Amino acid sequence: MILSRLAGRPVLLTVGLVLALALPWMIYPPIALDIICWALFAAAVDLLLGFTGLLSFGHAAFWGGSAYCTGLIAVHVGVPFPLAILGGAAFAAVLAVPIGFLAVRLQGIYFAMVTLAFAQMVYFVANQWRSVTGGENGLQSIPREFFGVDLSDPFFFYYAGLPFILAGMFVAWRIVRSPFGRVLVSIRDNPSRARALGYPVDRYKLLAFVLSAALSGVAGGLFAISHGFASLQEVYWTTSGQAVMMVVLGGIGTLWGGAVGAALIVQLNDYLATAGFQETGIVTGSIFILIVLLFRRGIWGTAQALIAARRTRKQPEQNAVPEREAVDAKT
Amino acid sequence: MLQQAFNGLVSGAFYALLALGLSVIFGMLGVVNFAHGAFYMLGAFGAFILLDSFGVNFWIALPLVPLVLGTVGVVLERLFIRRLTPLDPLYNFLFTFGLALILQDLVRREYGVNSQPYPRPSQLSGSIDLVVFTYPAYQVFVLAVSLLVCGAVWVVLTRTRVGMIVRASTERPELTRALGIDVGRWVTPVFGFGVALAGFAGVLAAPMRAVNPLMGADLIIVVFAVVVIGGLGSVFGSVAAGFAVGVVSALGNYYVPALSQTLVFILMAAVLLWRPAGLFGREEAFR
Repeated sequence: MILSRLAGRPVLLTVGLVLALALPWMIYPPIALDIICWALFAAAVDLLLGFTGLLSFGHAAFWGGSAYCTGLIAVHVGVPFPLAILGGAAFAAVLAVPIGFLAVRLQGIYFAMVTLAFAQMVYFVANQWRSVTGGENGLQSIPREFFGVDLSDPFFFYYAGLPFILAGMFVAWRIVRSPFGRVLVSIRDNPSRARALGYPVDRYKLLAFVLSAALSGVAGGLFAISHGFASLQEVYWTTSGQAVMMVVLGGIGTLWGGAVGAALIVQLNDYLATAGFQETGIVTGSIFILIVLLFRRGIWGTAQALIAARRTRKQPEQNAVPEREAVDAKT
Repeated sequence: MLQQAFNGLVSGAFYALLALGLSVIFGMLGVVNFAHGAFYMLGAFGAFILLDSFGVNFWIALPLVPLVLGTVGVVLERLFIRRLTPLDPLYNFLFTFGLALILQDLVRREYGVNSQPYPRPSQLSGSIDLVVFTYPAYQVFVLAVSLLVCGAVWVVLTRTRVGMIVRASTERPELTRALGIDVGRWVTPVFGFGVALAGFAGVLAAPMRAVNPLMGADLIIVVFAVVVIGGLGSVFGSVAAGFAVGVVSALGNYYVPALSQTLVFILMAAVLLWRPAGLFGREEAFR
């Protein structure tokens, strides 16, 4: 039934898969890898922001925590990189339990402040625990072990990493479309009513937080393996901010929109860096401000709204059908 | 030991000033100002630029820079923040986050990441004998001024008509409006005042802290933790928590150096576990 639903929207699915497969042919492969990592990270953040109504400003802790953990496993244990990434994701999920447990006690903007503060704590720990994390030098020369197969070419490594991202995206989509995901949306829209209906709201939020952290962990782990190092930048608050920025640019609550945002922002950063412009915050900050002020639906959200508007104009007599589709299109 | 506690009070003075501005703005507008740290940084750079390019000394910069930044805050509120206040508060948080990125990188582009030197004002270059130990005069001055400002704000909020209006608009905006008070009129000046406080703290920080573009960003996250500890929406709680966190961190740093930077977050976790609304917060503020 799940697969049939997925197959029910063949055009989008095909376009998405073809794009994902063709990406390293179209752009520089390491950038393509960055894009898919950030795309999953953004989807994980959107799972909370768009579908649970929780703005986490501390997801760098899970992305970066997993980057370090994945790197440490790869360096010291030397297992094939998929296992290292799974280990990193598991670490991110475990780290999310205490942070989420404390943070879900607060609402709205306080949730953002508390997650931000805890992520900064993780940053300080990574900074001070030099013997393990390498401090300011970062964790260097993380191997790409995979049963002796040579994956040093980023072009090939892209295809080795892509299944993780696609699996992560599928899981995110599956969560959103499940009964559990519906409860999350009801918590987002009306927490008191969800509580009155007997749902343990805090526990649902915590589970969503942990799942989101695990997905961020998969993305962060793959990012560390693909770069060959994990740096303090990965746990810094600007990383959390960048993920949120991608989600808002793509469209909050669209799940796939984050991938569009990721593609644009990663390429923009790369372009600025090549042009020798170090202070990317001036450009990305301005874009962010403009989106927040004028364009709050984001790219994907605007496209959806336009399509929905066209459909209703075309078939005004079949009002019930487009509405249902609009709900489906949301996920 | 006593001296450590005193060091803590001095760094607590900065937490308190920043937390005060943050919570006054939050109370009145419901906006968590992420750019607060950037304004603090701009305050320090304002003092530096005034001295470096125009030869204007510390004593003139101390009132001038906050005045200018407060005006900037007023303009920002009028142009942008006002348009986002009716929406979900997260949009204003994101807006000020973008603003912080821009301000920080603009300064970085101009001055680089290295710290700029700023001399202590000559009148305060010596030390003061505080009976049990001697202490740099400038640090004593910072502590005194900070206490004075926090005290003055406290008096204004609790003992004057303006303060009464501000507190009433914070707690029950609808009812205050119904009583014939133009709540909207007070929003802009309060935002400007909060930003000016951040700038003031920045000028105070210039002679004793490293003046660089990142000085505000890292501090503001600690101040967020301070505000959560002190109590969400409680002005008194923010100030008290500011000083308390300063002292506890300094003592922690002295006894367990490994915890120097993380202690404040551990405190925050403990407070969240014990009293999710914060030490002085009202229950309604969090749920």
